[in-house]
Amino acid sequence: MFGAGGGTSSYKEIEETDLIILWGSNAREAHPIFFHHLLKGLRRGAKMVVVDPRRTSSARWADVWLGIEVGSDIALAHAVGREIIRAGLVDTEFVGRATTGFDDYAASVEPFTLAEGERLTGVPAWAIADLAHSYARAGRAQLCWTLGITEHHTATDNVLALCNLALLTGHVGRYGSGLVPLRGQNNVQGGGDMGALPNKFPGFQDVEDDAIRARFDARWGATVPPQRGWHLAQMFDAMTRGDLRALYVLGENPAQSEADNHRAVRLLEGLDHLVVQDLFLTKTAQLADVVLPAAVTAFESEGTVTSSERRVQRLRPALRPPDGVRSDIEILCDLAGRLGHDWGHPSAEEVWDECRSLSPMHAGMRYDRLEALGGIQWPCPDEEHPGTQFLHGRLWEEDPEKRGPPAPFSLVHFEPPLDELSEEFPMRLTTGRRLDSFNTGVQSGGYASPLRRPETLDLSPEDMASLGVAEGDAVRVTSRRGSITAPVHLDRSLRPGLAFMTLHFPDQADTNALTLDTWDPQSGTAEFKATAVRVERLPETVGAHLVTEPAKVG
Amino acid sequence: MTTVAPVALRRQVEVMIDGQAVTTWQGATILEACRDVGIEVPTLCYLETLAPVNVCRVCVVELEGSRALVPACSRPVAAGMVVHTGSERVRTSRRMVLELLASSVDLSTAGGDVHRWIDEYGARPDRHGEAAPPSARDRAHAGHHEPLEGGLVATVAQPVKRDNDQYVRDYAKCILCYKCVEACGEEAQHTFAIAVAGRGFDARISTEMDVALPESACVYCGNCIGVCPTGALMFVSEHELRARGEWDESRQEVTSTICPYCGVGCTLELHVQDNRIVKVTSPLDHDVTSGNLCVKGRFGFEFAQGDR
Amino acid sequence: MDLRTTDAPPSTTERLAVDSVLGPPESGWFGGERTPLDGHFALGGVSRAASRRHLLLPTLHALQEQVGWISLPALAYLCQRMDLPPADAFGVASAYALFRFESGSPVVVHVCDDVACRAACGGDPTDELAARFGPAGTGTSVTWQRSPCLGHCEHGSAALVQKAGAGGGRTSVAPFVTGDMDRLVASGPDLDLGELPAPLALVPQRGAQGLRLLRRVGRVDPASLDAYRAAGGYEALRRAIELGPAGVIAELKDAKLLGRGGAAFPTGDKWEAVARQPVRPHYFVANADESEPGTFKDRVLLDHDPYALVEALTIAGLATGAHMGYVYVRGEYPVAARRLEHAAGQARIRGLLGEDIMGCGLRFDLEVRRGAGAYIAGEETALCNSIEGRRPEPRNKPPYPVERGLFGKPTGVNNIETLLSVLEVLTLGGAAYARVGTPGSTGTRLFCLSGRVARPGLYEVEMGTSLGTLLDLGGGVAEGRPLRAVLLGGAAGSFVGPKDLDLPLSFEGARAAGASLGSGVVVVLDDTGDVTAVVARVARFFRDESCGQCVPCRVGTQRQEEVLGRLVAARPFGTLDDELALLADLDAVMRDASICGLGQTASSLVSSALQRGLLGGAHGTKGGQGG
Repeated sequence: MFGAGGGTSSYKEIEETDLIILWGSNAREAHPIFFHHLLKGLRRGAKMVVVDPRRTSSARWADVWLGIEVGSDIALAHAVGREIIRAGLVDTEFVGRATTGFDDYAASVEPFTLAEGERLTGVPAWAIADLAHSYARAGRAQLCWTLGITEHHTATDNVLALCNLALLTGHVGRYGSGLVPLRGQNNVQGGGDMGALPNKFPGFQDVEDDAIRARFDARWGATVPPQRGWHLAQMFDAMTRGDLRALYVLGENPAQSEADNHRAVRLLEGLDHLVVQDLFLTKTAQLADVVLPAAVTAFESEGTVTSSERRVQRLRPALRPPDGVRSDIEILCDLAGRLGHDWGHPSAEEVWDECRSLSPMHAGMRYDRLEALGGIQWPCPDEEHPGTQFLHGRLWEEDPEKRGPPAPFSLVHFEPPLDELSEEFPMRLTTGRRLDSFNTGVQSGGYASPLRRPETLDLSPEDMASLGVAEGDAVRVTSRRGSITAPVHLDRSLRPGLAFMTLHFPDQADTNALTLDTWDPQSGTAEFKATAVRVERLPETVGAHLVTEPAKVG
Repeated sequence: MTTVAPVALRRQVEVMIDGQAVTTWQGATILEACRDVGIEVPTLCYLETLAPVNVCRVCVVELEGSRALVPACSRPVAAGMVVHTGSERVRTSRRMVLELLASSVDLSTAGGDVHRWIDEYGARPDRHGEAAPPSARDRAHAGHHEPLEGGLVATVAQPVKRDNDQYVRDYAKCILCYKCVEACGEEAQHTFAIAVAGRGFDARISTEMDVALPESACVYCGNCIGVCPTGALMFVSEHELRARGEWDESRQEVTSTICPYCGVGCTLELHVQDNRIVKVTSPLDHDVTSGNLCVKGRFGFEFAQGDR
Repeated sequence: MDLRTTDAPPSTTERLAVDSVLGPPESGWFGGERTPLDGHFALGGVSRAASRRHLLLPTLHALQEQVGWISLPALAYLCQRMDLPPADAFGVASAYALFRFESGSPVVVHVCDDVACRAACGGDPTDELAARFGPAGTGTSVTWQRSPCLGHCEHGSAALVQKAGAGGGRTSVAPFVTGDMDRLVASGPDLDLGELPAPLALVPQRGAQGLRLLRRVGRVDPASLDAYRAAGGYEALRRAIELGPAGVIAELKDAKLLGRGGAAFPTGDKWEAVARQPVRPHYFVANADESEPGTFKDRVLLDHDPYALVEALTIAGLATGAHMGYVYVRGEYPVAARRLEHAAGQARIRGLLGEDIMGCGLRFDLEVRRGAGAYIAGEETALCNSIEGRRPEPRNKPPYPVERGLFGKPTGVNNIETLLSVLEVLTLGGAAYARVGTPGSTGTRLFCLSGRVARPGLYEVEMGTSLGTLLDLGGGVAEGRPLRAVLLGGAAGSFVGPKDLDLPLSFEGARAAGASLGSGVVVVLDDTGDVTAVVARVARFFRDESCGQCVPCRVGTQRQEEVLGRLVAARPFGTLDDELALLADLDAVMRDASICGLGQTASSLVSSALQRGLLGGAHGTKGGQGG
């Protein structure tokens, strides 16, 4: 945000802040050790507000839980912003000195009165006002989010709406105040850092910047195409158009992880050539023309990953991979050789050193320094630099020179979820993780978790009663795209009209057969969180044995 | 860019330990001051990452002006303190603490230090008498017990609790150091699945009314295993290898890497024997985890085992 | 808090019992009906849960009394209401003897078999019960259990009757004879606790000239505030208001008043230390968890002069800057708790507690909290934990409660006798008070005379009075038999013999003789008295009452009981010398390395008996070392 693709703060800061807002994040289950840091903050007296449609296990630690309607995040953020402005709680000095676009922003949120906020989000007007006042008045405040914010068709706008609140109150660029997107996977951040984005080189350098591209061209001895590429959703669209005919998939399982996965499978099957590099013969790998068996990155190979606090840390091999299985670097270099480019057989450290030479924010992260310091937080521009605890401190500099370009307010528009509720599809299905499982279960399915229970459609007690179903009864869940059956599970954290499923057990209950693959135009993330569904009770004889045991997945 | 948080300045104080002037920081404990100058003070219930509960009392030292001995692990230094760590009183109390524990608890899988201390301090656990058979300690009622007949002496022996696939609880090995309760509770995990229940010699670690772990609040983070000093809490993998006589730490390698699950970036220490992960820990001194993990990081490694 | 526990719902009775303390549920998230608002909004969090935790013990009491036991669904409901983890709540509940976790007889009779009652009857008071009604714990509608001292020692026998269900509660019966048990068994579950006669207090000096602390006991209606005022009540508070906080503390210092709870700490210094703490709020706690075997003085004072404590605590609040006080009454004293509640209620109605006491702007109120069968809760930091709803485990000291006590705030803790002595200090004036007693031990002191003495009861004498004079006041050894020994100070005290009757009953006098006044216990053993059995009972007492926190006390009290068992049975493990050496080592580690006073004194009576050669089976020429 504000030009850098990472969270602004460190875990330590949440221990020493005054107000914690978890917005669309069930960190208690999805980021348990981050939640330890958060709990230290609560023990020290920080207050916490959790914004989430469900009263999750994280929300149960909150002083205040606000149960918003799924997908109404921008409406809530705008109502909070408007109330901060109305109550005269804007940090005018910070806004005047370090931001641009305030007037337009103020005008854009003007329609979002507290009453309108309540109408759109379901959260009582007074509770919205309370949130606005506590955030604006807090000495320090951390605003954290996860996929509850980003798995919507308005993902980027959702994030920007939250960033606006931080600018309004000056809760960024200071110790203990910041914006914290919690990364869902161990190297989501690192993927971005390394340029695994359609428009970025390593270090978030713009592909479309000629000067930058020239440096890479020179170092690599090759010409990088001058335009940005496609993100995942655009790739699938390109497959639909027939513009994309061959695909090389590394460590992803789109056949099961994509929204509207029946469409995804169809498109993958229609490719001329599909290469999959993975640990297992995943559903996607089963569709492939070539499968390249890969070592387990974290346990069998060398490299680095970057965490949600921008900390680059080293991976080390602890296990010998099975025969014939190689690390990603080995496979890629061999592949380059087959394609006529001799990359040699570089070590992970040599690859990393090349990256450091091209990415200024990684320049100081020598392997031995990563080792000695227990990881380093970027940016780390030189080999004396200790790493950076929080970003954007420059915005607070008195000297305009040091302060640099101001941070812009963003104008974003509220749009409710595309998959509208109707008489035919009256219920909102949302998705999320369980503590002991992960994504489509490729990794987490392998161990005998004492917590694991089969996939269920989780319903409020009220909805169970009105459907006339009891725990474990089978129901049919139908969306505009597909239909699946699943047993029901009572979940008191849900209100009437709201249902929940995970994506962990695609072989048991194919949740992504229901979800909508409309994606956010900027990030390419699909709307996993908001599906309109109809739930129907099945005749008892049908469902009794549908899903009985936690299957091993992957 | 501004990068670091402000650090409070700390004052220095000078204390005398075993006749030696020791300069340390205000707020440091006697234990820390001793360790600074290489004086060994045995500890059992102390751990760097937990607030001291000072219950085992094996770390007691003699503090001039104090009627009773004081626990080194939790007593902060004060300027001018005079401390003796090797006096007869100190040695007697440490010997007796070790002796009382060894006479009532199975210490066979406790760390090597414990056995060394038992020898060094001359504890004689066998002088208390013949151990009584295992008992149903979870049913003890506070304030009521029947003295043992026939001169038998009580121990904490009881059957192993094995009620889930990931770890076993062998409370016959429990010295009641409170570490697991602290790690499960306020010091880290905040799950509070276990607590000390009962009192006196019947005090024990228990879920509510001793329900099995799957019926309790336990989330199998294993942070209790990470802090257990005696092996009372153990991975099933370790428990089974030990039962088969195949557990061999000399053949194990420990490799640090980063957890393959969420984006928090927890350091895992993989304990590998014969190319299989047999245990997972996390370093106490790493700021991200302070030694703690979640169920996925602790136990979710099976996908990488074997031939796939 | 993300609690997870049984889904089984509580019974209606259980729900009502919990709600009787906590009030109706605040929302659907905490046990109530779910409303549309609950779908979009909830309060919760660490501080909300922390602010309710202190209601744990009262809620457990409500379940125990109204249901008779604490079931898992009841515990789960309580925890949902309080946002408290069930394992944590169970850890607390299971540390108390008076809570049960299995259903059983609705009527439980806890029968004292402790040192004073043992000394009085010359044996085990429960032998006959066991012979007539079967072993402890048997019986369907009525059962009996052994109990440590119930604080009715002057009667020589006592029971606490606990009844569950409608009309449930607790009441004391003293003296308690086999015939009483017959009647209880006969009425079974229909027992009406109200029909059992309230035990009387034996104050043989009643009406005597010069009584201070006991002057109203048995002469002034304990229910009547008017009667209390007519007998000089609230003069001390009026005086305190005139003096102001610093003036009150100065009077206490002039009076050289030392605490009567056992540690003999100067009361004025303690109050001043609390008053000076900058952290707010301050609290003041009256420690009425009188559980030291052989002690019954607080019971007599609370039962018969409850307004005096209300007044004294108000003065403590004034002097230390505390606006809230707690009286922690041991669970075995139901009458005291009821009378105190009544007295506080009357005082509140009359403007003697609350926002503007006596119209002079003083703000103070108090709450009565009941213990649930745990001797250790009388240790001041364990007591703070108990009120807070935590396990009654002593805390590491320093910090002391004056700095960080109840709820982590500066807290004064005083024994009941000490607080009532404050009234005398203010009435007489500090200097005048200091002229009573000895220079080192000013004022008068209460002694609990029991065992084989002609006129057992509570006595008030000037500090420094000799032990012999006190025994003479009590009419000497019962039936004129020879004296074998006096247990002085309590279970953590020591034995003195017939040659020690000149011992001055003052702090310094006792200390010089290697003894301690403790809580004023004087249990008389005649020539038929079985000292070994008494010592074994004390060893059992400490084994039962250790909180279990630290190794020296947890395992040491167990081992000490085992050694004594072997000595009683004359079956030593190894030689007698081996056993004596072991006792000496146990004494050393418990005394030197235990966390609190319980462990540090758990071996003192054993050592004392050994030193004096009083232990049958171990006629020690070698003896223990302690004392």
